[in-house]
Amino acid sequence: MKNHSKFLISALVVSIIFGSLPFLINSEYFFFAAYSVLQFVILATAWNILGGYAGYVNFGSAAFFAIGAYATVAGFKLHFPQGLNIIFGTFLAGIVGLGMGYLTLRLKGVFFSIATLALSVVLLTIVTNTPFLGGARGVYVIVPRESPIGVGQYIHWLYFLILGMAIFSVVVARMIEHSSLGQGLMAIRDDELAAEGLGVPTLRLKLIATTISGALMGLAGTTFPYLITYMEPTATFNLSFAVNSIAMPIVGGLGSWIGPLIGALLLGSIQQIASVTLSSTWNLLIVGGVLVFFVTLAPNGILGIFKKKK
Amino acid sequence: MDISLDLLFNAIVSGVLLGGFYAAMSLGISISFGMLDIVNISHPAMIILGAYLTWWLNETYGIDPILAAIVLAPFFFILGFVIYRIYYDRFEKNVGGDSLRGLAFFFGILFIIEMVLILLFGVDYRNINTTYTDSSLNLGFVSLPYRLLIPCALSVGLLLLIREVFRRTYFGRAVSAVAQDPLALQLMGVNPVKVKGYAFGLSLMIAGFSGAMLMIIQSVQPAAGRDYIGLVFAVCVLGGMGNLMGTLLAAMILGIAESMTATFAGPSWAPAVSFGLLLFTLAVRPQGIFGK
Repeated sequence: MKNHSKFLISALVVSIIFGSLPFLINSEYFFFAAYSVLQFVILATAWNILGGYAGYVNFGSAAFFAIGAYATVAGFKLHFPQGLNIIFGTFLAGIVGLGMGYLTLRLKGVFFSIATLALSVVLLTIVTNTPFLGGARGVYVIVPRESPIGVGQYIHWLYFLILGMAIFSVVVARMIEHSSLGQGLMAIRDDELAAEGLGVPTLRLKLIATTISGALMGLAGTTFPYLITYMEPTATFNLSFAVNSIAMPIVGGLGSWIGPLIGALLLGSIQQIASVTLSSTWNLLIVGGVLVFFVTLAPNGILGIFKKKK
Repeated sequence: MDISLDLLFNAIVSGVLLGGFYAAMSLGISISFGMLDIVNISHPAMIILGAYLTWWLNETYGIDPILAAIVLAPFFFILGFVIYRIYYDRFEKNVGGDSLRGLAFFFGILFIIEMVLILLFGVDYRNINTTYTDSSLNLGFVSLPYRLLIPCALSVGLLLLIREVFRRTYFGRAVSAVAQDPLALQLMGVNPVKVKGYAFGLSLMIAGFSGAMLMIIQSVQPAAGRDYIGLVFAVCVLGGMGNLMGTLLAAMILGIAESMTATFAGPSWAPAVSFGLLLFTLAVRPQGIFGK
């Protein structure tokens, strides 16, 4: 119980600090950068629910993210309100996660990974061939200049939205970690056969985790069109979303809600600096290098290094 | 009616030619994933690396792509051997294995290769012109472009050669044995780590070869490997894990399916074919069409 109140208090403090930033900082670029970092917090946290807890690697973060984003594009074209688009995109990504899991999770874990990797290619093909979603040429999503809540500009509103989503994701991840679902997933990671033998409903738990994880990745994508206002398939299905959402939890430390948070804040900020000072190519090279470095030399991430020294 | 029959025939012919080349691309995966149980998702990126090195050899020294495939072989073999040693040391040595980190490791390598290629060569498409790339073999009723025919023939030849190596030589039998029971192999006095290292080197050597062939077939850009990830794994699973003749047949089936889709539904739909086939295989018949 003590732990829970500690978490609640620190979560409240963090949200107040981050929530008050729009009133203190007067740079639109800062919010663009902060948005990207918070977006990665959601993706990394979502990836960790399946990857960190259950040990199943999802290479398709970009695909789930794009499902959320293109659901918003569809909703925008049909003049749906923003709130409905967010719910719709999250729901759709969750359904796709469930379907992918249902088809491949009964086999060895690597088949799921390979299938998720190829999912991006197929969804990209579908979007490219669907004129309603902009096709290969892309589509404009027009946003108002003013924030709908009357305070600040539209970028501030998006910042508030993504901040709320990020906090929501971390809370969900933490709740899973402390529930019987989380315990079951960790049992699967340690020894799936033994877990199954002891009566853990492995397939059902994996399916629930895949659905939640996919839905959260979709959630991260639902506000993306409002941010960039011009949606183009290759930018949305960018594999950098996939490599980042794997690298961040591994760098931070797998299997705990705080690991992906640390990894996302750290790697996300480094990349914001690198993409300004160097280029987006260097940016991805750094992520790839850091991923290989951590996975071979510090497999338990920053949390692991920290624990060893204690 | 005549026209569509003609189209169908041409689609099948170019599908078979492409399929032969796909067999070489998937052969490396069949060895590493099918036999050694190493999920090298950076394999397609290695193929692109091979393609760029072929282009570079051609551009600076005027070396023909077919010759380049041979020149590059030792380099890729050593690269594979080294990568396997790291992989073994970090992810395979501990019993129970850490497949999650192994997968992440190769995913990282994939990005490093792509980004280094972009930094060195830029994002432009590169292509090679040789005496044979623009001509074709006319058989009267159908013309076979050498650009497709040569990679197909060499790929199928390589596959058959490697199949014989696996069946007849000591090394080949050791690789098949390591897939089935590494402990028993160790008891017989063979070091399974060494055998797997050589076999993984061989799989990357084939990746380099496939890259040279790809350079003959089409122009290449650094991220082109992504399009083939679904394809190589689909062929490997569809053909039955580690079954080389199955790989060849599955590659042909996929080549024809892709070529038919490109002809009748439009080329932009072709990338979805391999994925659809992969998902279908995994859902309905995960042991592959030729599995027991």
